[in-house]
Amino acid sequence: MEITLAHYLVLSGVLFAIGLIGVMRRKNLLMLFFATEILLNATNIGFAAIAHFHNDLTGQMFAFFIIAIAASEVAVGLGLLIVWYKRTGKIDLDIMTSMRG
Amino acid sequence: MEIYLYIALFAPLAGSLFSALFGASPKTSVTGMVASGLLFVSFMSSVVLLNYVMAGHTVHVEMMTWIAAGDFYVPFGFVVDQVSVVMMMVVSVVSTIVHIYSIGYMDHDKGFNRFFSYLSAFVFSMMILVMSDNFLGLFIGWEGVGLCSWLLIGFWYHKESATWAANEAFIMNRIADLAMLVGIFMIYWNIGSLQYDVVFAEISNLSIPIVTWIGIFLFVGAMGKSAQFPLHTWLADAMEGPTPVSALIHAATMVTAGVYLVVRANPIYGLIPEVGVAIASLGAFVAMFAATMALVNRDMKRIVAYSTLSQLGYMFVAAGLGAYWVALFHLMAHAFFKALLFLGAGNVMHAMHDELDPFKMGGLKKSMKVTWILMTLASVALAGIYPLAGFFSKDLILEVAFVEQHYVLYTVLLLTAGLTAFYSFRLVALIFHGNERHLKYGIHPHEAYTFMLYAMAPLAVLAVIAGMVFKTPYYEMVTQLLPAIEYHVHNHTTFWIMTIGTQLFVIAAIAFAYKKYAKAVRVDVKVESGFFYQLLYNQYYIPKIYDEVFTKPYRELSKVAWKQIDLKIVDATVDGIANVIYRTGEKTHTMQNGNLSSMLRWMVVGLVVLLVLAIAFTVGYNAVTMRAM
Repeated sequence: MEITLAHYLVLSGVLFAIGLIGVMRRKNLLMLFFATEILLNATNIGFAAIAHFHNDLTGQMFAFFIIAIAASEVAVGLGLLIVWYKRTGKIDLDIMTSMRG
Repeated sequence: MEIYLYIALFAPLAGSLFSALFGASPKTSVTGMVASGLLFVSFMSSVVLLNYVMAGHTVHVEMMTWIAAGDFYVPFGFVVDQVSVVMMMVVSVVSTIVHIYSIGYMDHDKGFNRFFSYLSAFVFSMMILVMSDNFLGLFIGWEGVGLCSWLLIGFWYHKESATWAANEAFIMNRIADLAMLVGIFMIYWNIGSLQYDVVFAEISNLSIPIVTWIGIFLFVGAMGKSAQFPLHTWLADAMEGPTPVSALIHAATMVTAGVYLVVRANPIYGLIPEVGVAIASLGAFVAMFAATMALVNRDMKRIVAYSTLSQLGYMFVAAGLGAYWVALFHLMAHAFFKALLFLGAGNVMHAMHDELDPFKMGGLKKSMKVTWILMTLASVALAGIYPLAGFFSKDLILEVAFVEQHYVLYTVLLLTAGLTAFYSFRLVALIFHGNERHLKYGIHPHEAYTFMLYAMAPLAVLAVIAGMVFKTPYYEMVTQLLPAIEYHVHNHTTFWIMTIGTQLFVIAAIAFAYKKYAKAVRVDVKVESGFFYQLLYNQYYIPKIYDEVFTKPYRELSKVAWKQIDLKIVDATVDGIANVIYRTGEKTHTMQNGNLSSMLRWMVVGLVVLLVLAIAFTVGYNAVTMRAM
């Protein structure tokens, strides 16, 4: 069986759905970061696959950008997470309600 | 010459603005003096222009572009020709005198500065009205004088009756102005220009029905400003304003604007003699109608106001019958003696501490000799006794009606001349002769300031000589622009019988008035409770009818509109929208619970919704474009 673009896109879609469910369901901040990574990499797969099958490098370029941004996001996010953990000793989302309207 | 035109036009505006600077501060005599001085400057410029026009020239300037939109072009253009220069002279002479008089009359008034600001603004508007070279400029002046009239009638705004009268005048004029505006639209629609010279050159190319409608609509506008029946009630109520205002606006200048409009638009009315006859008939009716109301009235100023109304009727008779120069001539003569009469009435009012009922006065000739002489002079001129101004202008209108073979109009006007003489001298006799009834009320009359009497003197001189001296040069000048028709009864015997007969009739009316009112005033209860007396005294019940037919139903309608439409539909809709938004907020504010997890969930929901919308839109769009292809 040959692997076509559709396979890649289905993989990307499934990963994105998993990530989305993770974002919605997880209460642990660390797990939330993992879910976000899954979301970003799902799109990366999509980009890279489309770039490959259309012979257009723009998609791959985008994928690199996303990787770079994901790395910096995690760096900043983890830094904040550590500070938060040091102050409260918890990383549960349900207690972070200081922005209630 | 242009510079004189601009000075004549803008000097009153300068005076108005200067006085307005001190509008809120207490009385400063300088405002009155500056305003009067600037009006005198305007008057002198008008004299220069008059000399220039008499020499056979006219001045026409285009100051600047006003409206230029596509083919529609209206400039701020002004013209001084044989007709407008007459109006300019009348306006500037009377207004200068009234301004000087007002310095004395308004001496103790808190609104002294404000008064001069309004009064000069009125003169400026009037100047625009008479000097504009197109219908739109005339309309602006027309509205300007309407506004100033409103401001000045309601000058003592703390009086309920004054504000009511001001609003009545304004609203009545709005009704007529609408018709006038329609007339102006029709002119533009059919001719494509509003400049007098273009319009009058082209008007004969239009079909007669269109010209007739234009004539009718313009005349309805004139009816409002000149208070012709059925829009006449505001003029008598306008007497709530200060007396100098009545003299300037509601006797000499503004109310004659309607006559000026008809005279100015004479090429239009020349084409439609039927409308002219209708105008003349209405004029004759109003002349008689107003004179009868003046016979029994017990308010000094209202009597003079009805007299003004009656004289305006005379002017419209002349204008309607095509004797435009006669109408303008009577306008001029009337301005002089009627302003004089009003200013005299102002003196009496001051002396009587604002008492207006002549039945409570009497014998004032002892303490107010000069005012007595001036008012008698004005009344004689109004009655049309030779050789005063009224004889030349008013009898000429009678002659016009006779020569044009409108004998019914002639008879009506002749009878009205008798009535005019009667009510004028009834007033004079009641105020100045007989026993001093006012002593009973503890009033000790005093003559007005000397300078006020001096200010009135020129008007007295004009009231005497205007007919005799001005008639020939006036005729030669204005007939360069207006149709030059001489009205002479060719049969000498008829002429003399008419003239002497009219004079005797008028003198008899005067004698009757003196006989009845100059000695002791007996109140004849039988006559006064009679139907006719009550009918006249209540002004033919017309104000009452208007109140019942228009004001009250309108008030009811407004109430319905307020309670049913405004509160239940408009307000309810607005409140409903606000309530829906408010309740939505109440219900959904729990969404903002600050929990990051639930916020993320809402974000996902939003994402899904947007995604669905985007897909639906794309699919729909493609379907539509496919079908179009």
